[in-house]
Amino acid sequence: MNHWMILPVIVPAVVAPLLAMSVRHDIVLARVFSMMSTVALVIIGIASVVITLPGDIYTYALGNWPAPIGIVLVVDRLAALMLLVTAVLGVCVLLYSMNGSDSLGQHFHPLFQFQLMGLNGAFLTGDLFNLFVFFEVLLIASYGLMNHGGGGGRLRAGIQYMTLNLVGSSIFLIALGLIYGIAGTLNLSDLAIKMRDIAAADRALLITGLSLLVVVFGIKSAIFPLQFWLPGTYSKTSGVVAALFSIMTKVGVYWIIRLYWVTRTASQSDEVVWIDQTALIDQAIRWLMPAAAITLLLGMVGVVNARRLSQQAAFAAMASIGTLLIAIAAFTETSLSAALYYILHSTFSVAALFLVVDCVVQRRTVDRESLTTTSSFESMGLWGSLFFIAAIGVVGMPPLSGFLGKLLILDAVRSHSFWYLLWALILSTSLLGIIGFSRSGSFVFWKGHQEALTPSNPPTESVTVSLVAIFSLLFILVSLTIFSGWIVGYLDSVAEQITYSKGYIDAVIKPTVEGEN
Amino acid sequence: MEFLVASSIGVMTMAGVYLSLRARTFTVVLGLTLLTYAVNLFVFSVGRLKTNRPPIIAYGQADYADPLPQALVLTAIVISFGMSALLLVLAVRSYFESDNDHVDLLDEDAT
Repeated sequence: MNHWMILPVIVPAVVAPLLAMSVRHDIVLARVFSMMSTVALVIIGIASVVITLPGDIYTYALGNWPAPIGIVLVVDRLAALMLLVTAVLGVCVLLYSMNGSDSLGQHFHPLFQFQLMGLNGAFLTGDLFNLFVFFEVLLIASYGLMNHGGGGGRLRAGIQYMTLNLVGSSIFLIALGLIYGIAGTLNLSDLAIKMRDIAAADRALLITGLSLLVVVFGIKSAIFPLQFWLPGTYSKTSGVVAALFSIMTKVGVYWIIRLYWVTRTASQSDEVVWIDQTALIDQAIRWLMPAAAITLLLGMVGVVNARRLSQQAAFAAMASIGTLLIAIAAFTETSLSAALYYILHSTFSVAALFLVVDCVVQRRTVDRESLTTTSSFESMGLWGSLFFIAAIGVVGMPPLSGFLGKLLILDAVRSHSFWYLLWALILSTSLLGIIGFSRSGSFVFWKGHQEALTPSNPPTESVTVSLVAIFSLLFILVSLTIFSGWIVGYLDSVAEQITYSKGYIDAVIKPTVEGEN
Repeated sequence: MEFLVASSIGVMTMAGVYLSLRARTFTVVLGLTLLTYAVNLFVFSVGRLKTNRPPIIAYGQADYADPLPQALVLTAIVISFGMSALLLVLAVRSYFESDNDHVDLLDEDAT
């Protein structure tokens, strides 16, 4: 038994109650414990990436019940990569929160750990009902984090966010009910096998179930027409929480990838059987490409039209999800590899943008959020440059990784039948993004400021900590560019493992059951 | 029995969707509660409706009631109960913070 595999869930699950019960009055101690747990997650993440590097897939049967009966956790290259990304983002965001934004409300650190636990569990699990449970864990933590700091507008946005996700959970349960009623299993690999022998009369119901499942993942990742919660939620919550939430949309994306590639090839025999256009999952997921394109367009139009800084960052997050989903919806191995690179880029660049915007908003004196010319503030040049760099990253201009990511995606969708439309869309929306961010940058930092420097808004935070956090995120973006050769090589191997789903299925459902028992 | 269960799920879903589309938080909470009831009943019924059957495979009994949906629905009930409680607390808090119970964002929030 490889007990290390459950550590990404266990470590935060142990630390979070400890933080909530024992050290809730001591913010320094809470920070120390929280950081220790998150750093431990980074180490586990690196270890699992290294362990899965040769291409083995590890499964952990909870309670030692074999796969289709019990719940399994699965670590393959993709899961290991996502664990590492989550933990690294967690460390950066946690570091930033230590500038004082973690003490705006109570229980930031326990909720943060529960959020990490839910995220890690959702990345690891190989069982759909267990996924539902981990979704609820990460959601209930995110409801708390969303309202961190309080305030009327934030609470109202929080209620909207929660209502939408409760409806999403109901849809999730309906989907699970339909799938269990037809296929008789909720294990993803077992489902992939059983999907081959579905009676013709039951196919429509199973497609309905799978479509509803895709809708749920669409709500999580804010695809058009399910994106309405994202701008309100991300722009109303505090900057540090919005930065953490940039990984939350990726959970939906991750599960769209998983669901599609695992259920598409369902074969226990030696050769991979491709059930081409008739595959059930294809029928459930057909609408993904147009939806992704509209998401990207809406996001970038939102960037141009935004009237508040954090709203603009939220729309940029939505646009990056749209770009990412275009690459995924092409459903080829190269486009998957490009999408994985963009997942890395999008997570860190959006987080960096939210943190920079949070700092800028805290420093402005009047109309802090609005995109209008107001009085200047302390060390405006520094924050202006950071905003400039983060915006370059998000929009996808050279030299940061967004440019390479978009280049990879453009290259990968060349085989798509509407590649010229996708190229036109991706390139023109990048232009929209540049226009939007140049507009806000010139309003906030550049235009003539009538009033003199007014230090009336004393920074309540520790500047050094914020800067270290933001610089480490930007450093990650730069490293993604510099080491792009190695990273793309690694991501190719990840994509190869995902597209060869027989390996995943065989690792969970052992083909030689009779011999062992 | 099939008709009774199916129609009650349908009516509750209908009422739940209608109520959760209202503009005030209280009706929205009621609507979500009805919706989760309907979903719980639906999940319960996917193991096929059977009466007077043991929920385990027993010797001498060819037929049995599928116990898994019952376990699933238990989890779902606990989760939806907790979520509804949290939503109510948030709704009350939001009412006291802003003196109204509208779900939609106000104009000053949006700008």
